[in-house]
Amino acid sequence: MFSRPATLMYPAKPAKKTDATRGHVKINPDGCITCRSCQRKCPTQAICVEVKEKTWQIDQMRCVVCAVCVDVCPTKCLIMDNQYRPAMTARGGLEKFTVAGPKKKEPAAV
Amino acid sequence: MSKQITVPFGPQHPVLPEPLHLDLVLEDEKVVDVIPTIGYVHRGLEKLVEKREYTEYVFIAERICGICSFIHSQTYVQGIEQIMGLEVPERAQYLRTIWSEYSRLHSHLLWLGCFADSMGFESVFMNAWRLREHILDDLEATTGGRVIQGVCKVGGVRRDISPEKLDEMVKGLRGIEHELQDLTNVFLHDSSIQHRLKGIGVLKKEDAYYFGAVGPTARGSGLAIDIRETGYAAFGKINFKPVVEHDGDCYARCAVRAKEMFTSIDIIEQCAKKIPDGPVDIKVTGAPDGEYLSRAEQPRGEVIHYIKGNGKKNLVRHRVRTPTFTNIPPLVTLLKGCELADVPVIVLTIDPCIGCAER
Repeated sequence: MFSRPATLMYPAKPAKKTDATRGHVKINPDGCITCRSCQRKCPTQAICVEVKEKTWQIDQMRCVVCAVCVDVCPTKCLIMDNQYRPAMTARGGLEKFTVAGPKKKEPAAV
Repeated sequence: MSKQITVPFGPQHPVLPEPLHLDLVLEDEKVVDVIPTIGYVHRGLEKLVEKREYTEYVFIAERICGICSFIHSQTYVQGIEQIMGLEVPERAQYLRTIWSEYSRLHSHLLWLGCFADSMGFESVFMNAWRLREHILDDLEATTGGRVIQGVCKVGGVRRDISPEKLDEMVKGLRGIEHELQDLTNVFLHDSSIQHRLKGIGVLKKEDAYYFGAVGPTARGSGLAIDIRETGYAAFGKINFKPVVEHDGDCYARCAVRAKEMFTSIDIIEQCAKKIPDGPVDIKVTGAPDGEYLSRAEQPRGEVIHYIKGNGKKNLVRHRVRTPTFTNIPPLVTLLKGCELADVPVIVLTIDPCIGCAER
């Protein structure tokens, strides 16, 4: 009767998380080579990669946090963060990053 | 004969977690006829199969239901694997078994809570959901998601569980087992609960068979139908007996679900002992060409996924027959002749999941 409640006072206290928790997708823009694997494999078409403009864009409201992009990324520049995104009160969720783009080939030694 | 009146029940009703509409034809307080209506949450997920690759569709198949999500994805990938003739590694089969039993535990605890709450038994509701939190924590730690696990893929599973974590999970389950025992004892042996459930909504064995009842609804009426006995995933290598009760009333269906939770804990423990080492997935190339009827046992009963492919990346047809859909005709039979005040309890004993039934 005098024990503490079993519930967690979220969001006043942070939610329980584990290392495996799929929170939201993050990118390390320096590692992206704009290969578009993530865009092709995304089941909800939340990711849009512009090769010419070297941008990588995600619609966090479309994303279902399945982590397929993280699995297919060849340079491992996509990361699954275990923090949930806060609730949103307006439309939005588009996040656009300028990325490094494909690595230039070193000029052949003469 | 007294005058007949029609009372609408649902789609929004305090006891219903999901939108099922029933037109109850009453004579005084007795229900003489029931006309069910569904179609409030239809999402057209089956059509989407033509727009997504068969490997991506796993995530959509998983989202058919928010409670038995893992078993939906498992049934779907089993169908694809059968068409393509893939040999899934044994470790992946055991992992799928463990996770499907975890989702059964979490579904039954959720149902127990909702059901107790609908009768005003709030302490059971809170304690059931408190125990369910342990199950969800384990699911989150091993798969990354609380209710949408997203670990099944064609050709295996996406994550492995380390032996230490498996030991910890089994210990955790053994830890909550006695609490679960206390909870079900309180629930099943309470005199007012028995008064409310015993002898009410009786589904005879022949009726259960004739109207196609599945899962705990069928097993509560003495029909020992359990698809897990066909030995899909690793169930063929596990010793277990389906829980069967013979009374066919509301109490029997509750008792089946309460006892199944302990069977599930037992199955998980056996899996943890027998699980072999090895890879958890294989590389998949090509596309399914052919058709297959894939079956699995969900917490609510047997689910069937019909899958048809034509050798291209997109499937031609995907059709799901969910357990709630087949349990609606038995429900109509159950309700005929009962009192109006008993309708909510009887409806909840088939554990309706309308989101599943309409897809």
